Amino acid sequence: MESTLDIFVKAIFSENMIFAYFLGMCSYLAVSKTVKTAVGLGAAVIFVLTVTVPVNYLLENYVLQEGALAWISEDYASLDLSFLAFIMFIAVVASIVQLVEMLVEKFAPALYGALGIFLPLIAVNCSILGGALFMQERQYSTILDATAFSLGSGIGWFIAIVAIAAIREKLRYSNVPGPLRGLGITFIVTGLMGIAFMSFMGIKYGEEVAEDENSTEVTTATTDQQLENK
Amino acid sequence: MSSEKGTEPLFSKKNKKLITDPLTDNNPVTIQVLGICSALAITVQVNQAIVMSLSVLFVIIMGNLIVSVLRNLIPSRIRIIVQLLVVASLVIIVDQVLAAFLPDLSSKLSVFVGLIITNCIIMGRLEAFAMANKPWPSILDGLGNGLGYGAILIIVAVFRELFGSGTLMGIPIFGNPLPGEESGLYAMGYQNNNMMILPPMALIITGIIIWVQRSRNKALIEEH
Repeated sequence: MESTLDIFVKAIFSENMIFAYFLGMCSYLAVSKTVKTAVGLGAAVIFVLTVTVPVNYLLENYVLQEGALAWISEDYASLDLSFLAFIMFIAVVASIVQLVEMLVEKFAPALYGALGIFLPLIAVNCSILGGALFMQERQYSTILDATAFSLGSGIGWFIAIVAIAAIREKLRYSNVPGPLRGLGITFIVTGLMGIAFMSFMGIKYGEEVAEDENSTEVTTATTDQQLENK
Repeated sequence: MSSEKGTEPLFSKKNKKLITDPLTDNNPVTIQVLGICSALAITVQVNQAIVMSLSVLFVIIMGNLIVSVLRNLIPSRIRIIVQLLVVASLVIIVDQVLAAFLPDLSSKLSVFVGLIITNCIIMGRLEAFAMANKPWPSILDGLGNGLGYGAILIIVAVFRELFGSGTLMGIPIFGNPLPGEESGLYAMGYQNNNMMILPPMALIITGIIIWVQRSRNKALIEEH
């Protein structure tokens, strides 16, 4: 079995939401013109992913899966509601986003000022639903693993959008061929960043936790360096 | 439907434009930048791309039709939730049908069928078109946008499968690549470009499609 730390690191780097699965591309392309807004949206994604995936995990394991309802009574043990997963997940995501928006507005007005406009956008961000669906597909054994996965995915998404926003800010001063300007070059740069992120596929995930911690430190150090270079 | 207007024929000029526009100058993927999320991950094989396009086509046409029929009944405050529910139910139908009749492809498409729900093209068309138009134009609009999405998907998939695996829809094009029994191009030393199968190439190919499209139509060029 993979350790929780493995899942976390994997979700950030080698299985990065943007570079490996293209999830959340729409907002990634639309909101990456300046670093400041990118940081806001990125933080909102981390937040919402970390909240929704564990909730969906409980839903999946105690309501939807085959035999999941056995805790109510033996009569329900044969029920398999997993075909309802899509509609339940999206309903959970949409309502949690609403709830989070109201709570943040009430209790943390400063945070609301920073994240506020991005929160409604997030309900239809593919990476949130994608996180829930990947969680369902990969069958994480504990809720801790699922949370580590969602936090890691969120951080990976954050790194990706902040990096592309920084690059796009610089690109404004370069002489890009007319037809490529804007969207075209953003696609190609994202592709190149994706190739760079493929190198993280070489990270060895194993049983030895000590070794893992080393590799985590190394990889975060290199990304920090890369980000700084950018 | 169209008979309400009486004079307007079923395929009037305006209606035809609804279908043709998204295929070229108003393409949902390359111009409006919608629906890229699910578009790129499943373009490794043409088969997958076709199934995905058909699924999206079904969902967008039916979704447009249903929302357009209901448009006067949906309170505008909760319209997003209603639209999400309509789309989610349609996607469940698609997912169940795929799982029943094409189990192999269905497992390859994995989560991306579910992600049709958050495909921005569908939500975008429901919100921007179906909420304000009669059912028949909405169907055509869905058809046009679904085809525009499918066209990009299939173009990208053709490039990726042809150069990445040397096949099209699973049929070998360049000969047999197995070591020891090479034939066709492989006998002359041709190699598959494994890079094409990796995710980043989908982005780069889409970037090039945008480049070609915009250099043919200068009006689409962005300032920055």
